[in-house]
Amino acid sequence: MPATLAEKILQQHSDEQITGPGQIVRCRLSLVLANDITAPLAIKSFEKMGAAAVFDKDKIAIVADHFTPNKDIASAEQVKVCREFAKKMGITHYFEGGNVGVEHALLPELGLVGPGDVIIGADSHTCTYGGLGAFATGMGSTDIAAGMALGETWFKVPPTIQVILTGTLRQWVGAKDLMLALIGTIGVSGALYKALEFTGDLATALSVEGRMTMSNMAIEAGGKVGLFPADAKTLAYAAAHGRTGDVALAADPKAVYERTVTINADGMEPQIACPHLPDNVKPVSAVAGLPIDQAVIGSCTNGRIEDLREAAAILKGKKVADSVRCIVLPATPNIWRQALAEGLIETFMAANCIVGPATCGPCLGGHMGILAGGERAIATTNRNFKGRMGSLESEVYLSGPAAAAAAAIAGEIIDPAKV
Amino acid sequence: MYHGTAHTVGAHIDTDAIIPARFLVTTDPDELGANCMEGLEAGWIKKVKKGDIMVAGENFGCGSSREHAPVALLGAGIPVVIAHSYARIFYRNGFNMGLVLLEIGDDVSKIHDGDELKVDADTGVIQNVTTGTTIQCKPVPPFMQGILDKGGLIPYVQDRLAERA
Repeated sequence: MPATLAEKILQQHSDEQITGPGQIVRCRLSLVLANDITAPLAIKSFEKMGAAAVFDKDKIAIVADHFTPNKDIASAEQVKVCREFAKKMGITHYFEGGNVGVEHALLPELGLVGPGDVIIGADSHTCTYGGLGAFATGMGSTDIAAGMALGETWFKVPPTIQVILTGTLRQWVGAKDLMLALIGTIGVSGALYKALEFTGDLATALSVEGRMTMSNMAIEAGGKVGLFPADAKTLAYAAAHGRTGDVALAADPKAVYERTVTINADGMEPQIACPHLPDNVKPVSAVAGLPIDQAVIGSCTNGRIEDLREAAAILKGKKVADSVRCIVLPATPNIWRQALAEGLIETFMAANCIVGPATCGPCLGGHMGILAGGERAIATTNRNFKGRMGSLESEVYLSGPAAAAAAAIAGEIIDPAKV
Repeated sequence: MYHGTAHTVGAHIDTDAIIPARFLVTTDPDELGANCMEGLEAGWIKKVKKGDIMVAGENFGCGSSREHAPVALLGAGIPVVIAHSYARIFYRNGFNMGLVLLEIGDDVSKIHDGDELKVDADTGVIQNVTTGTTIQCKPVPPFMQGILDKGGLIPYVQDRLAERA
């Protein structure tokens, strides 16, 4: 039977014969992930399960990235629970302090995730690794505990929506804009319980980082995974990050898709997701002129070096408007160091940006940039739910790095081509 | 059998609405329950009595994977959610936590805020006492029913670990 990417990867990790969507199969896991918010609950469940050890101490990652550097006593206590568990179980990949980064930027950089892997994470944006051709999806803490104990989990084989990316991106329009355009087209439940599979000439042209930006937001369409084929670019990325033995991966030519959606980049403006759902997407010209109080550039969606380069190209030689706080959070220590070496940090500082540590921070309303009632932010993050970044009376507009940087300078939402 | 008052909420209720991230510094069900739905409307939970039933539109529980969301609902004394449909991570979490989740599609429009409901989780029959109507919901897939029959995911894993030992 011709297989979609999702079916093909699951089959490689299962002893059961996959026959099509809707089937429930048990699969072996390549990596199991949790963070400082979700690991404590997972540890509680793990202990209730009576498990004496994790299935493989090298295949668990615990990344303390959400409320770190610990924002208060309660969050410090949670990280302590993670640290003690990691030590007791001998977990190799425990990250806290100077080696921590935003999990979905950090793990690809360390080569811990790659093509053909099956990964579950107690974080909904685990789907990011689909950009590398991994079947990676978010689950809750107790499923993660089961994964840590057994090294396997069950999946319902998802039907797949094929997404054809085509056309040419104009300057200051990128992967984030393509993904917002897709979510605006299919809606926040458009891929509910389904896989997205990206293909087309523009999918091939996108960088691996750009692909991860797109896969990251598969969950914002309700998707289980957002998969790119593993091609020569993917294999080069994986090898450059210390992996060996990866092979190219693509869907079979006659694979069966539930539907096909085409996103054409020709003539596409920067896209903005307006409050309070990620599918409330408009071209920047439709919301231009809206004043902002804060711009956030970072997160697992857009905190990678390419994103910082794009923001810096807009901010170079300019100043952030007096009325705006522009917060830049490079997503990992390596990205931070690279941004420093390339002079991007100097550009941000000279423009009066606030450059912070690698943390999820304000994306989820944790810390380092919380909004007051009536305040409005533009952010390169992934969610604009009511109250997501602070007060229930605040607003978040989602964009790519160029549009966020441009708005920081103008003090209002603006087409980056006009700054 | 569950018996309580319906509290209706809209479509695409996200987990930040169910339990905002600022409350995720604990794993305690009572503490989480006290702040349940605080991201939808301040003080929302005050109108709920123990045993009441949440009734929601499409894609309930979308957004983050936080298991704190079903834990908060249970901690707030809400044992059952009835929805048009669920976001997949929330559905799995609720199932694992022992929160009863019934999916009824468009029939959700037959339940109004304040209606008195009786729910039989075993048969999937919802009786709307106020309007005198009955709704039958979709059955749970056999594999998942097997986990329920074991008493949930935690006992299921205990058994699997015992088989391996």
